[in-house]
Amino acid sequence: MLSRMADNLYWLSRYTERAENLARILHVAQRLAALPSAYAGASNEWESAIATAACAEAFKEIYPDGATRENVIRYIVDSPVNPSSIKACIETARSNARAVRTAITSEMWEILNEGWNEMRGIEFDGISQSALTQFLQRVQQMSLRFDGAAYRTMLRSDQYWFQRLGTFIERADNMARLLDVKYHVLLPEKEPVGGGLDYFQWSSILRSVNALTSYHWVYRENVKPWLVADFLILRPEQPRSLISCYLELNDYLDQIAEAYGRQGPAQHIARSTTARLQNANMDQIFQSGLHEFLVEFIEENNRLGGAITQQYLS
Amino acid sequence: MSASPAAAFFDEMNVPDGGVRAGYEAIAEWLKQAPRELLVNRKLEAEHFFRRIGITFNVYGDNQGTERLIPFDIVPRVLTAVEWQKLVRGLEQRVKGLNAFIADSYGEREIVAAGIVPEELILQNPAFQPEMTGFTPPGGIHVHIAGIDVVRVDADTFYVLEDNARTPSGVSYMLENREAMMRLMPELFGSLRVAPVDNYPDALLETLRSVAPRSASRDPTVVLLTPGPFNSAYYEHSFLADKMGVEIVEGRDLFVRDNIVYMRTTEGPRRVDVIYRRIDDDFIDPIAFNPGSMLGVPGLMSAYKAGNVTISNAIGTGVGDDKAIYSYMPEIIEFYLGEKPLLSNVPTHRCREPEALRYVLSRLHELVVKEVNGSGGYGMLVGPHATKAERDAFATKLKAHPDDFIAQPTLALSTVPCFVDSGLAPRHVDLRPYVLCGADGVRCVPGGLTRVALKEGSLVVNSSQGGGTKDTWVVEI
Repeated sequence: MLSRMADNLYWLSRYTERAENLARILHVAQRLAALPSAYAGASNEWESAIATAACAEAFKEIYPDGATRENVIRYIVDSPVNPSSIKACIETARSNARAVRTAITSEMWEILNEGWNEMRGIEFDGISQSALTQFLQRVQQMSLRFDGAAYRTMLRSDQYWFQRLGTFIERADNMARLLDVKYHVLLPEKEPVGGGLDYFQWSSILRSVNALTSYHWVYRENVKPWLVADFLILRPEQPRSLISCYLELNDYLDQIAEAYGRQGPAQHIARSTTARLQNANMDQIFQSGLHEFLVEFIEENNRLGGAITQQYLS
Repeated sequence: MSASPAAAFFDEMNVPDGGVRAGYEAIAEWLKQAPRELLVNRKLEAEHFFRRIGITFNVYGDNQGTERLIPFDIVPRVLTAVEWQKLVRGLEQRVKGLNAFIADSYGEREIVAAGIVPEELILQNPAFQPEMTGFTPPGGIHVHIAGIDVVRVDADTFYVLEDNARTPSGVSYMLENREAMMRLMPELFGSLRVAPVDNYPDALLETLRSVAPRSASRDPTVVLLTPGPFNSAYYEHSFLADKMGVEIVEGRDLFVRDNIVYMRTTEGPRRVDVIYRRIDDDFIDPIAFNPGSMLGVPGLMSAYKAGNVTISNAIGTGVGDDKAIYSYMPEIIEFYLGEKPLLSNVPTHRCREPEALRYVLSRLHELVVKEVNGSGGYGMLVGPHATKAERDAFATKLKAHPDDFIAQPTLALSTVPCFVDSGLAPRHVDLRPYVLCGADGVRCVPGGLTRVALKEGSLVVNSSQGGGTKDTWVVEI
């Protein structure tokens, strides 16, 4: 297929996935910020939302006085100066989709186009709490439907594989960032078991990736920090865990390599990162530093993104 | 002049005495018993459908209105199978004549030698491409896709209003209008035998493959070349590429090495055999034509002339479809095919001829004057609808550059009922059927794009001037 098309597909999936993750981050921040401080702790949820959304520096330039509910929501949802706002993600995804109409199915296009049309009808200035919550839900639904439409309607060929690569590179990146921002909450030393304060922080991490219920099914235990980290990094049963993302990435890269009859750096990087995740255990990770582990992972993931671009998309 | 009463025009559905014409019975019956709210709902549903699939066009020079919907009217326009058959024979003949003329224009110019068409109309035509002189495209065909605009004035007479032999657009509306109508009016499709149009993309692909260069493999690679998502017809480009199952490429996706055209793919370069281009001649190759073009492919023209790729339509086909040549079409058909033209031309005054110019200047108030190289309804004067000042200003232009204009009588275009704010009312229509011309024959799917002038009394059907569209049904009776 055309390199430009593959590039568009890859990025439109990344932007759709990113929009969903941003919506989830805001959704959870709203929840946490609504708790009495005895439960949620004194930490500024809005600071951490900005950090997770990977736009802290740019944000500080505009709002040097720090993060508040209003300015964070504004910035992440529809700020014209934020190229990765939810609005910008949906705009970009939709215009990429428009440019590759032939490479996606009509269902996928209609979902994005509908989401975009709906978003255009919203006045974000002075948006009410309930309208905002509804919007964030719609964004998550749009991404879920888009994902489902891709899964159920796309031909299993390189178009599908590149679409998938975008989804999982972005998902892995977002998950690692989310964990990195919260890593101090997960550090085991500080943990007074069953303490109300951290409990809500830990469960908020799970909630922001829609994994709270499944956590209980897998561990049949109270929410514990090392188990949360284990679940979201190393457990292949959890579809958003780093290892899950990499098993998928490996699989799609292998299919591409097989179809094209050759491998390249992208396949090698994906394989070595997967192997590292498969051989890791949580004790080691905590000993050598969760933060360091995550920072390294994010770098490796970026390297894989670069290799995919170099090898196929340009 | 005020608009003439609708009764003065031929209405394709209603007969003056109160009955309806053949083919329209079921539709008239349905409209009669449908409550107004139902029609309003169906109209809204149609709009919703078009917005959802994203079939939009961009209006140039309008910053507000990027991505607008073309208004769609839910009352279908009907042609009987017999009328259609007659029309098709005329269209096929017309496109054959057009192709013969263009080939001759870049060849021996026998028609000039025979004293029929003045040579300067060919050589001084801005669409004439000297690069093409002496070059025969694969299959000897220049125009593979033609859109012939026809209008109807009475039960038996269709006039050709304009030939479009460059990159005619609008066919996606023919296809999507049908799609919408099948959802909106399933009851009518149940009772009428409407000829299908949805095989058009297959017919187009067959046509394009049939004219692949000889050096191409048995399974030639066809691509559609678009200027990109900001072009007004981008929806159509991607729609057609999708339905044909071919890549939609932009200039930057293609490159030329050793006179072979390749596209950049995820698997490395892949050879391209046929380019269905929706880019104008001047932008297609910055080396051969407009050096400022960012849309084209450097070296494409040289690959084309080396016979390694087919460009469809060929470069320079505009020499055959401007309004100056138009007036010679009846003679052109007779000259090359030895047949009487089956479809009439609108009687046309060539302002370049002094006697015609005098006549036109004296009758400006009743004529339509068009720029020879204009399109889209821009730069024309509709005499009866213009003010005296407008006519005077136009007369000055006309006297200064008579060669640039032709004039025609104001036609009594047929009307078809439309569902407008005031209810059902007649509006003027034209028809653009699409004629495909391959090395293996001529194809024409039964239907076309019916454009309708939605403003009461208006004769201008162009979407850029407030026109809308209708589905066109060819019906067995």
